[in-house]
Amino acid sequence: MEQIAFITRILLPNLGAGLLMTLVLIAITTPFGLALGTTVAMARAYGNSPMKWLAKGFVIFFKGCPLLLLLFILYFGMPSVGVSLSPFVAAVLGFILCNAAYNSEYIRGALHAIREGQFTAAMALGMTRRQAIQYIILPQAITKAFPGITNEFIYLIKYSSLAYMVTVIELTGAGKAIATRYFDYTEVFLAVGIIYLILVLITTLAAHVIEKRRAIPGQIVGI
Amino acid sequence: MDAADEILRVEHLFKSFGATEVLRDISFSVHTGETKAFIGPSGTGKSTLLRCINQITVPDSGKVFLRGEEVTQAGQKINLYRQRIGMVFQNFNLFDHLTAVRNVEIALLKVKGLSPAQAREKALFELRRVGLDDKADLYPAQLSGGQAQRVSIARALAMDPEVMLFDEPTSALDPELTREVLEVIRTLAQQGMTMLIVTHEMRFALSVANEVLFMENGTIVERGSPNEIHDGTGFERTRRFIGQMEEFR
Repeated sequence: MEQIAFITRILLPNLGAGLLMTLVLIAITTPFGLALGTTVAMARAYGNSPMKWLAKGFVIFFKGCPLLLLLFILYFGMPSVGVSLSPFVAAVLGFILCNAAYNSEYIRGALHAIREGQFTAAMALGMTRRQAIQYIILPQAITKAFPGITNEFIYLIKYSSLAYMVTVIELTGAGKAIATRYFDYTEVFLAVGIIYLILVLITTLAAHVIEKRRAIPGQIVGI
Repeated sequence: MDAADEILRVEHLFKSFGATEVLRDISFSVHTGETKAFIGPSGTGKSTLLRCINQITVPDSGKVFLRGEEVTQAGQKINLYRQRIGMVFQNFNLFDHLTAVRNVEIALLKVKGLSPAQAREKALFELRRVGLDDKADLYPAQLSGGQAQRVSIARALAMDPEVMLFDEPTSALDPELTREVLEVIRTLAQQGMTMLIVTHEMRFALSVANEVLFMENGTIVERGSPNEIHDGTGFERTRRFIGQMEEFR
């Protein structure tokens, strides 16, 4: 009886609140990470020389920097240069930068995989470079990059737990708090683990459905 | 034919890729309703010549005029000229992510600014013209090569071009699919479309073109009407080339 009371009164409400924060972190990171990643990929593929280098530098830096270190710099380091970020903002910013760096790599690869003739045909019809990229190249590239972007989303679900290290109480943080208070590590972290697993499974299923729906009839899916 | 009929003029076109001179001093002009066929061995610059006309490949020197306006000096306005010059590619280059009808209408929507209803109507009209209105909702990967090429012809025609460029339109097709594409092009010629065709289909070239231009090593070596090439003097190299090509059929 006591066990059930612990689960319903303590564990689930607390983990529920943590899960909500995890979902908020993911929900904010994903659109910005995708938009920034696309921008960086486009700059690398089509930008002028300085833009290319800037974009390349961005990718090298944020792929190379351990995410935890990045969060520490944003949260603990930035105040020393006069910028104080709330834990939440520091976490989201770190996630967006990391997410964008990886997504840009998937999208850049996909942009290069689009056959040159697609671009040529668009230009021959009188499209501007911008129109050709917007209407012809990018939609195809996003479809090709989709499996990579999905993987990155799944990583994000899991690395969002690092927000806990800059005091954002998300799912892992909530679990840690209860586990410490009630000295019940096994059960609590098992529950936390199951919740992450469910999130990942839902994502995988959803991605599969979207991928099928976006697939171009007659074409072989993926790269 | 007088100068008023002149649609396209090419003057002293040169193009090199690295140390290879692909085009050497190419000049000709094209009049309304004319069909010119460019023939010659592979790698003699025929395709490059077509691509230099709409500046998909930028020539090193020389000029291209479309109705007296210099295309080679267009700068940013090159898109406006490209809208008036239709192009059909060896590998079709249909947009893989769009259905046949979307392939035809995308430039009408985005480049010409037609309303969705107008664009759809025009696109279906052009697909009907090439006999493929029943395939409107299929994707390129679901079409045969011949069908794909006919869609790409419809896509170019939809822009109401003043001249059409065909870059080896049947070279990527199986022989049995070649005929359906050639028939579409032949019909266009009969309807008075102005066309430049690079092709290895000799019988087709001789039957559809007003003038056949034989290119070798980046220059136009011999040029004349099909009748002149058949009977006239000074067309020995063209005749020999045509003979060689026919032997392999």
